Amino acid sequence: MPTRIAMTARRFATMTAIAGFAVACETTGPTQIAGAGATFPYPMYSKWFDEYHRLHPAIQVNYQSIGSGGGIRQVTEGTVDFGASDGPMTDDQLVAFRDKRGSDILHFPTVLGAVVPVYNVDGVAAELRFTPEALAGMFLGTITKWNDKAIAAANPGVTLPATEVVVVHRSDGSGTTFVWTDYLSKVSADWKTKVGANTSVNWPAGIGGKGNEGISGLVKQTNGAIGYVELVYALQSKIAYGSVRNAAGEYVNASLESVSAAAATAPMPDDFRVSITNAPGATAYPIASFTWLLVPAKIEDPAKHRAITEFLKWMLTDGQPMAAELGYAPLPTAVVERELKVIAAVK
Amino acid sequence: MQSPASGRMEPGSNSARVQAFVRRLVSGDEMTRFTVTIAGGVIIAVTALLVFELWSNSHLARETFGLGFLTGTTWDPNAGEFGALPFIIGTAVTSLISLVVAVPAGVGAAIFLAELAPHRLSDALTFCIELLAAVPSVVYGLLGVFVLVPVMKSAVEPPLRAVFGWSPFFSGPFYGVSVLTAGIVLAVMILPFIVSVSRQVLIAVPAEQREAALALGATRWETTWRVVLPFAKRGIYGSIFLGLARALGETMAVTMVIGNSPQLKASLFAPGYSIAAVIANEFTEATDDLYLQSLILLGLVLFAVTIVINGAARLLVAGTSRKADAVA
Repeated sequence: MPTRIAMTARRFATMTAIAGFAVACETTGPTQIAGAGATFPYPMYSKWFDEYHRLHPAIQVNYQSIGSGGGIRQVTEGTVDFGASDGPMTDDQLVAFRDKRGSDILHFPTVLGAVVPVYNVDGVAAELRFTPEALAGMFLGTITKWNDKAIAAANPGVTLPATEVVVVHRSDGSGTTFVWTDYLSKVSADWKTKVGANTSVNWPAGIGGKGNEGISGLVKQTNGAIGYVELVYALQSKIAYGSVRNAAGEYVNASLESVSAAAATAPMPDDFRVSITNAPGATAYPIASFTWLLVPAKIEDPAKHRAITEFLKWMLTDGQPMAAELGYAPLPTAVVERELKVIAAVK
Repeated sequence: MQSPASGRMEPGSNSARVQAFVRRLVSGDEMTRFTVTIAGGVIIAVTALLVFELWSNSHLARETFGLGFLTGTTWDPNAGEFGALPFIIGTAVTSLISLVVAVPAGVGAAIFLAELAPHRLSDALTFCIELLAAVPSVVYGLLGVFVLVPVMKSAVEPPLRAVFGWSPFFSGPFYGVSVLTAGIVLAVMILPFIVSVSRQVLIAVPAEQREAALALGATRWETTWRVVLPFAKRGIYGSIFLGLARALGETMAVTMVIGNSPQLKASLFAPGYSIAAVIANEFTEATDDLYLQSLILLGLVLFAVTIVINGAARLLVAGTSRKADAVA
């Protein structure tokens, strides 16, 4: 009998200890921050959140890369603490957020990405140069042969064959497509009226591949193909890509420097909702974009408020040098300084 | 039997009934009945809930487009114009191609495994075929892109064009990714279902049936064709429906090889698009309400297309069986 009592007592003690531990975790456990959205900066974000959690074990960020559209929806519904998007929210979406949540939402640029034209033309080994007119013409379906003079004129010394142009575009809704079509809308009036810019559009020509890997697979296998992929993807998988003539008339190859230059030369509004495609600088790569974190201007929970604002500060300062390692272009310092001021506005 | 006069008997028979009920309860009879009823009810409830959710979450798209959604041919998220016809046709045509390829191959393989192959070989091959059913669809898609597409370009398209190039179904430029390629990938994917189930059904045909036919002087082929297959046909049809259902709903493998272009072209060489593929591709980035609801409405359309195609197939089967029975 005594043993049974002892056992019961021990069991009871263990259970109390577990319960006590659970309660302790509840009160002093890490501050959990939930975010959702863009897939393009996901490798960067997951590195930042890991690193920040290592430095500040009390703060843990769970980020779901469900796509920009999902990120905007979820932060508007309030199911996550912050959203992330490859394209800025539209005016309608800002109004919807204000109606639903009673406060504004702030855009914080985090890193920069670029989109590059990739191609595969048998018999052409040289790196090709593209004019905006050539890119728009091919994607509109009006330029159908690689030896078209719109392409040939920009590439003196390169003999282009009469191969048929096969356009390869993304089939999944994507921020990459948004940047690409946003650029084409700016450089081609025809594109703007017939197609426009969005994460998915009604493509006038070509075939669709799923994801960056789908595009690169189709381009590699198809003679005469032209597609577009993220710079990060092209760098990591070592795909050759062409240079593009920018607004200043220079042919610029996409690189971390030329992308940051685009961000530095584009005029920046106060709410950071800006498209930097076709940026004016002479060294600026024209098909580039910010990617944003979407943070409510009013955060009720003081612990979350502190965690989010501290993280944003860290990301804009100590976090930025990590971007280049992963192939993302870091923000220009002028943008960082303006963002740091805006963080103070988060109530 | 109790008469109305013997009132005293009633409580007694009631308690007998209660006792019988308790006995059935204890022996598990009632429990089983209850459990399987619940299980059956859950299936109906889930289906009903699915339709209800798809219906109620697509009201804006239904009000905007009405039945025109089914006949619309433009899918333009920027203009807010959504039509489902290219996707409906893409889904139907790829599934049809997959059946045309997989049914003869699958049923043939099942006949070989059940009737001709030595027992041990049959078991080993069946095991391999069933493994195929467990391969994730994205793997089929990747194999499709990197293996099948080059083969299609070099070995399948040129002979097809040489022989059938005069018809609109095999003309126009060919990029490797196409409705035809998607149909063939689907055929490979549904093959394991057809082979595995058909073989089981063929094996279950009583040996007496075969022996009787052989005893009457039928050859082995006549036995298989005239006796075994008719006996097993319902089960074989069942295996085809299983494959068809998988083909209609397949997403990942299709989107990787179909070319994802919502256009109406007669040519099987042209790229196309399917309902499941466009939903998977565009759902995550669909921001405005009408766009999102149109995708949900496509889900409802896929549900309807599945019912219609499956129903039509069943009617066809019922029709042919009746005719066959009448002839027999």
